[in-house]
Amino acid sequence: MNTLMVEPASAPVRTDTLLELCGLTVEYGYGEKPVRAVDGIDLEIRQGEILGLAGESGCGKTTVANAVMQILRPPAHVVSGSVLFRGEDLVSKKTDELRRFRWRNVSMVFQSAMNALNPVMRVGDQFVDMMRAHERISKRRALAEAAEVLEFVGIERRRLRAYPHELSGGMRQRVIIAMALALKPELIIMDEPTTALDVVVQREILQQVEALKQNFGFAVLFITHDLSLLLEFADRIAIMYAGEIVESAPSADLAESPQHPYSQGLLESFPPLSGPRTRLTGILGAPPDLRDPPSGCRFHTRCPHCLPDQVELYRRQTTERPRLREAEPEHHVACHLVDGGGE
Amino acid sequence: MSATQLEVRDISKRFPIGNALRRSHVHAVDDVSFELRPGTITALVGESGSGKSTVARLLARLHVPSSGSVLFEGSDVARVKRRRDVLRYRSQVQIIFQDPFDSLNPVKTVRHHVERPLRIHHVVPRSQVRERALELLDTVGLVPVEEAAAKYPHELSGGQRQRVAIARALAVEPAIVLADEPTSMLDVSIRIGILNLMLKLKDERGLSFLYVTHDLASARYVADEILVMYAGQIVERGPVEQVLEAPLHPYTRLLLAAVPDPAKKLHTERIEVRKGHASAAIDPPEGCRFGKRCPLAIDVCTHVTPALVEARPGQSARCHVTAPQPATERN
Repeated sequence: MNTLMVEPASAPVRTDTLLELCGLTVEYGYGEKPVRAVDGIDLEIRQGEILGLAGESGCGKTTVANAVMQILRPPAHVVSGSVLFRGEDLVSKKTDELRRFRWRNVSMVFQSAMNALNPVMRVGDQFVDMMRAHERISKRRALAEAAEVLEFVGIERRRLRAYPHELSGGMRQRVIIAMALALKPELIIMDEPTTALDVVVQREILQQVEALKQNFGFAVLFITHDLSLLLEFADRIAIMYAGEIVESAPSADLAESPQHPYSQGLLESFPPLSGPRTRLTGILGAPPDLRDPPSGCRFHTRCPHCLPDQVELYRRQTTERPRLREAEPEHHVACHLVDGGGE
Repeated sequence: MSATQLEVRDISKRFPIGNALRRSHVHAVDDVSFELRPGTITALVGESGSGKSTVARLLARLHVPSSGSVLFEGSDVARVKRRRDVLRYRSQVQIIFQDPFDSLNPVKTVRHHVERPLRIHHVVPRSQVRERALELLDTVGLVPVEEAAAKYPHELSGGQRQRVAIARALAVEPAIVLADEPTSMLDVSIRIGILNLMLKLKDERGLSFLYVTHDLASARYVADEILVMYAGQIVERGPVEQVLEAPLHPYTRLLLAAVPDPAKKLHTERIEVRKGHASAAIDPPEGCRFGKRCPLAIDVCTHVTPALVEARPGQSARCHVTAPQPATERN
């Protein structure tokens, strides 16, 4: 049909795992008190799926994205753990190897991508620059391919000659998504791609991403603080809190039976659009300061189930770090309450 | 509390664009009327550029209306010129902005922000300013108060900053608070706290709020009445639950369909990709501004601007199809 259809993967693949994070730990700063923004997380993204990563600001979700792209800037650095893309560790790769890998294998749509375009360059030239940085391709060919991806995201090809200020916010966001698609990557990281947009535009863009995914077969790591969006849009969801993943499950499971008190709190933070109007509580307190994270379970300072009168449980909650374990098939939780279920 | 109320009568705001030879106008707000009653929260919803923030700014006297009037206790707000009267109006009508990161002075403590309006408006005797400031911090849930008062804005989270902004607005004991997207920059888990604070202030102090937002679910959570804006006009209004349960205007329906709802999957209810947009129109011609996107559009929509018609008790819409003019009035 056209040149943009995804070609079958040439290398034989044993599983459908595309990207795997193993014990990834990222710190900001060196010396006495570095800030551990991401603390030993394990995460897996499978081919063609939409994985949602949700959490409050400052919980480390953008740092995870930057670690996958290997674009952490000092003082941020990977302390331990690995980022495996089809089994190859990206952490140990050299700069020029990474350059080839970026955008062709994994591309990224940045937060407030609306401002990520160069205001004094035509959209088409920005496509050409990006494509020629990663592939040996003539300018004419690059423009032709750019026109094609733009049409995929619902923007006329004549807009290649437009400057960013001539486009609306939603259109700029689409241009950025088109750029991320241009080299047919297998994984696209979207970091709060629709946060600055109106609901109607947001819905249009998400519908398009889903349609494009059907067409191109890429996987998406979708990062947002809006859990309600993920429940509708993602296949699986991982919930992050203070640098750790506290729960991961298929979207439907998470919507129906969230196990971690933090996930429960997040879900209860959304007023419903139908049914009775009841008073919600949200989550009390504020996310912890990662320079000095709470001992034990990091959520214990805000957890409604952490009560001093349950002496033994309280001791574990405040001193032992709960490990992420499989509570039900495909459903992982890091919580002493769930741990203790079998005892 | 008294029966203080603010009445907005047919206000319009047009911003000139272009040059002296080819002058045209952006109709940011067109013929908007509503009133704010004590102890109620009125939600004003719409997309960016629909004119909703301009309405809030008109009420706060940050813009002068091109036509129409804003009546506060019966007198026209735009005509108030004397400094004393302006101060009096400002002490009754306060505004909270969207961005708590921009609206506080980074080199001043929380105490400074809250005490300043107390001094300027002589709300309490000088000797009690300090004490009152702490009371206000307590009201908005910034505890322990002494500690909170000594902090600088950069030491606070977004939600805490927004609480400072609210405490500052409350300092002058206003009757009306204009809240311009007070939660849209905040984390989801923090938003509910701010909304609950608005509900508490409404219940306990009989405050009235104009809650400007694009989030229908939060509007339903806090508001009593809802006003839906599209391209500068109010296209639907009524009691919030009734409007969201059974919207009359096709645009309200579109907005509702676009809200993420975990209960439905993305592909089950697809929305039409846009043709027009919600932004204020430049010298709009006659006809329904939503017409190009409207699935129900009929012939008349292209050349007659629909009026706001009460089609159900308390619920009005600007639509030829779902809220037609009664036949008697048309002739």
